Amino acid sequence: MIARHISLLFDGFAYGMLLFVLSVGLSVTLGMMNFVNLAHGTFAMIGGYITVMLMRSAGWPFFATLPVAFVGAAAASMVVERILYRRMYRASDLDQSLLTIGIVFVSIAVAAYVFGTGQQPVQLPDYLRGRIQVGEFSFGVYRMFLVAAALLITAVLVLGLEFTRFGARVRACVDNQRMARGLGLNVDAVFSMTFALGSGLAGLGGALGIEIVGLDPNFAFKYLVYMLIVVAVGGLASIRGAFVTAAMLGVIDIVSKYYVPEIGAFVLYFVMVSFLVWRPAGLFARRA
Amino acid sequence: MSVTTAPALSTFDPRELLRAQVKWRWLETVFWLAALLPYLVAPTYLVLASQIAIAALFALSLDLIVGYSGLVSLGHAAFFGFGAYTAGLLAKFGWGEPLTGLLAAGCAALVLGYLTSFIIVRISHFALIMVTLGLCLLLYEIANKAHWLTGGDDGLQGVRMWPLLGEFRFDLYGRTAYGYSLIVLFVSFLILRRLINSPFGLSLRGIRENARRMPAIGSPSSNRIRTIYVISATFAGLAGGLLAQTTEFVALDALSFQRSAEVLVMLVLGGAGRLYGGIVGALIFMVARDQLADMNPQYWYFWLGLLLIVVIIFLPNGILGGCADLLARWRRRA
Repeated sequence: MIARHISLLFDGFAYGMLLFVLSVGLSVTLGMMNFVNLAHGTFAMIGGYITVMLMRSAGWPFFATLPVAFVGAAAASMVVERILYRRMYRASDLDQSLLTIGIVFVSIAVAAYVFGTGQQPVQLPDYLRGRIQVGEFSFGVYRMFLVAAALLITAVLVLGLEFTRFGARVRACVDNQRMARGLGLNVDAVFSMTFALGSGLAGLGGALGIEIVGLDPNFAFKYLVYMLIVVAVGGLASIRGAFVTAAMLGVIDIVSKYYVPEIGAFVLYFVMVSFLVWRPAGLFARRA
Repeated sequence: MSVTTAPALSTFDPRELLRAQVKWRWLETVFWLAALLPYLVAPTYLVLASQIAIAALFALSLDLIVGYSGLVSLGHAAFFGFGAYTAGLLAKFGWGEPLTGLLAAGCAALVLGYLTSFIIVRISHFALIMVTLGLCLLLYEIANKAHWLTGGDDGLQGVRMWPLLGEFRFDLYGRTAYGYSLIVLFVSFLILRRLINSPFGLSLRGIRENARRMPAIGSPSSNRIRTIYVISATFAGLAGGLLAQTTEFVALDALSFQRSAEVLVMLVLGGAGRLYGGIVGALIFMVARDQLADMNPQYWYFWLGLLLIVVIIFLPNGILGGCADLLARWRRRA
């Protein structure tokens, strides 16, 4: 019986790690520019479709498609940033939300037109399928892979932010954008880069998530709420916050849907609203 | 400020300004008379016309907080849906009288608005967007899971309305529905128009421009915001109640995020912060959807998104704002 609980917790944690990869980019870009980018899920979706198409049409192996998903989503986000976002940085929250919702609508329609409205399954390589039995505990291999990948990404992000020159620039821009500009930093370029990296991570998350959460044109909307919860509750521009919140969110979502399915997602939204009312700036806010 | 305008400022009387704004313009008379046209020109489209009037009322209610007070809400459908379920459930369980049912829908939304207003004033910006969204999702989940009461996914069925005023039956062609919706919209509009052009309305615009400075001139921001939030919730509830009564059905969709997003789109399309913006936006949005969604609902989302992007980038004040700018430029040239 205890083994069942442990497996469930592990599943929740793996799901949380997926949410972390999906939303950490949004957290950093929102914190840096205060730009409400509701189209983050669109870039995740782009990554997912790249993986599906490469595997199905070109017969690429799963692992080879992941870097392409990352680069593809990053490139797409850079184009959108140049054309649309750049002129909206000084606009109100409302205009930013609506512009990006507009992008989500367009992307949903385009995805439905090109790929159809159905779910897109992927055929994982054999060594990623099945479950491993450790004593009386059993873990899904793919979920273990997911956790390992997310931990690796977290380590790269944290170390990169802490010890590289680019990381120092990003931190400076998040902490005080005007000061950083005054010291001669090209804030727009740093933001552009960060935005592309964050969207690339979302694309990677979209590709990794197909096996767990599926992929269809509504993906951009369905998981937007989860990404926003991670960002809002975790606190803007806080990798630690996003990590802890995503893990918590994944566990709460899986566990509550398993034990109390009759109230479904209620628990999740309730937890989010109470956290935000308690701490409007998020649990690990860098700025008050 | 240049020196020449100083004397004009010293004789400035705020009451004059308000009086000038309250004055009824001939264009408005034309607009509301034109609202009767569907009866003569397009009697087959009365159902759509009544849905437009309801959407317009909903957008009008959102304008109070988004356009006039500068708060962003991604969860206004919470009040719309709550009103709709209140009116629908009342009628389903034996009280099908429309006017009192509508009043009940408004009151229910008022209570919900009052309770949530305590949360709303504590937060701002991104957290506010998320909390309004979260509260709406909470209600959606409750309605979805309370299948025994609301019908969940299948929607609330078995709503039976009594004739309006004991005389006018709700028919299939929407004759009663449109008249009823239009009158409620018009009366609400008159009330809100008066409210906006009052000192209270002015203080709201002050909060929109600078929420911190308003308390310094004796206008408590958070109290004002709570008041307008409750009023806005009430009218959203009325709109929801109208929809439930005229269609004799409540879909779970009344509480959905899409509904909240759509009403924001209507408002921004028409132009926020000008009472007619929401009405014009609702008109354009609903007619466009009726025409485009007939072809394919997926394409409709494409055009909606594109329209939204274009409006935000090229017409930041909406279609009415764009018209006003054009008119001003034309006048200056003439």
